[in-house]
Amino acid sequence: MAVAAVVASLAALVLLPLFGEKFTIQIFTKIMIMAILAMSLDLLLGYTGLVSFGHAAFYGAAAYALALLTPQYQAASFWTSFPLSVAASAALALVIGFFVVRTRGIYFIMVTLAFAQMLFFLFFDTKIAGGSDGIYIDVRPVAKIGEWQPFDLDNFVHVYYVVLACLVMSFALLRTMLRAPFGRVLIGIRVNEHRMRSLGYPTFRYKLACFVIAGAVAGVAGYLSAVQYGVVNPEMLGWHLSAALLMMVILGGMGTLVGPAIGAAIWMLLELSLQSLPQGGGVDFGKHWQLFMGAFVVLATLLLPKGLAGIAEALRRREKGGD
Amino acid sequence: MDFYTFLIQLLNGVQYGLLLFLVSSGLTLVFGIMGIINVAHGSFYMIGAYLAWWLAARFDSFWIALPVGIALTAVIGLALEALIIRRLYDRDHLYQVLLTYGLILVFEETRSLLWGDDVRGVQIPAALSLSIPLTETLSYPVYRLWISAVCLLVAGLMYWVLQKTRLGMIIRAGSANREMVQALGINVQLVYRIVFAAGIALAGLAGMIAAPVSAVFPGMGNQVLIVCFVVIVIGGMGSVKGAMLASLLIGLVDTFGKVVHLEAGGVKLLPELSSMTVYLLMAIVLLWRPEGVFGQRP
Repeated sequence: MAVAAVVASLAALVLLPLFGEKFTIQIFTKIMIMAILAMSLDLLLGYTGLVSFGHAAFYGAAAYALALLTPQYQAASFWTSFPLSVAASAALALVIGFFVVRTRGIYFIMVTLAFAQMLFFLFFDTKIAGGSDGIYIDVRPVAKIGEWQPFDLDNFVHVYYVVLACLVMSFALLRTMLRAPFGRVLIGIRVNEHRMRSLGYPTFRYKLACFVIAGAVAGVAGYLSAVQYGVVNPEMLGWHLSAALLMMVILGGMGTLVGPAIGAAIWMLLELSLQSLPQGGGVDFGKHWQLFMGAFVVLATLLLPKGLAGIAEALRRREKGGD
Repeated sequence: MDFYTFLIQLLNGVQYGLLLFLVSSGLTLVFGIMGIINVAHGSFYMIGAYLAWWLAARFDSFWIALPVGIALTAVIGLALEALIIRRLYDRDHLYQVLLTYGLILVFEETRSLLWGDDVRGVQIPAALSLSIPLTETLSYPVYRLWISAVCLLVAGLMYWVLQKTRLGMIIRAGSANREMVQALGINVQLVYRIVFAAGIALAGLAGMIAAPVSAVFPGMGNQVLIVCFVVIVIGGMGSVKGAMLASLLIGLVDTFGKVVHLEAGGVKLLPELSSMTVYLLMAIVLLWRPEGVFGQRP
């Protein structure tokens, strides 16, 4: 049944641009980008048990990489800028991971946050790429192979399908990896790292590899986001996004790949509807939407420890017990 | 750098470090004793600063605003513990981080609704708005010395309470073995509540006394929080001694990092990059002792 649901929603996503308006298509593009990002975080959070509070750093890094790789008033090539930007994120994850993976528990949370904020302030305080205002990518990357151009990134429908393709590929990559012995070792590390080490697995290297892969996939999402909006700013590296990502993964259910994608959709739609709240009693609720988001986060963590997947599970159990 | 410039920077660094200690010691105590990581701790630094601005204007006196502000933050702390934090004791750190992150959003937006998003200033109280002349052109403000003195006094008081009093003994015992202390007939829940409220009040106090020398602005709490995390990673989670050492270290490194760049004008490094030195320090400590200088080895 689960497989049928995935196939059905995939078919719906493929058909959406045929019926949807421009606004809807762009929202779903954004949601799919966040889904890629949330899945990459779940590799750390749900499978390996590494609670990263700085995952946005790798998302923003690839976006900044594209901005810096794009020559002024000219287009970068998609075929070189895409792998280079993802490689930038992976390289950053390798450096940060080298330091953070040796810590555990609460230290890991604090250290990942601190390094991500370091990067945030690097771009916020200095003039490397537009400072706190961010930087515009004037011309989108061009995906030409010789004279043939398979897709045009200035066209929002093409961007949508490129993002959808990336989502499917990221999902397939992560799923294959997690079913391979490599993924089993990661799960083993989450359950009991000492045992894995005494079985002879170099857990440091496994965790570092996992951190780098998650960073690279986050880089894919960051690159796509920079392409979609043509603007990159320090907020893309900031801890508000990192925290939102953790919430997406928890809402959808940790330790699954479909869950975080659903969580991302719920979070983005909630954010969108809260932002469009009307004014009332002299207070602009839409402007102060984060008040409601904060209350939602507090209540969700108190009441839904297993996310919405937990509700589904409880319902299923009740159904079984009912008859 | 001549002697007086050096002296001024040294005093500034120590003052900044001691202020950091006030915020980070509460954070580290709450974790060490209650096992709670409170990401919203920095918000109370922000709330303290805004209270100092608001109350000082209300009462027309910084000296009345100070005790009222401390009492208010402590009350908020007590209420927060009773309503929400209490439910987090047995939860994973991940949920503690997320829930308290949600609180940050609530606090920031409430602040925005009540007091707006403008940058505010607080006047240095008249009794302390003097400067000690050092040379013909250089002088040092008395208010900054007063900040350092207050912080040292609070640190001394904290040491005395934790090490020399019955309450401190219970707190330390409670952090080592909660069930045992409870079995001896002591209300651990009450002790936790006191510790949490005290930690919050310390952050509020830091924000209040810092308000006259630094601007009062939205998001100031989050900036401090991140630096406090660095302090705790360096000093070791749960260690007050470590928090003191690391706070001073960070205060000095940050202050001198900025000046040295300005002095060495020929060097091609951007002065803004001086804020990176703090994180560099953290990276070095992580390689050397991942659990912090005074942290307990797992």
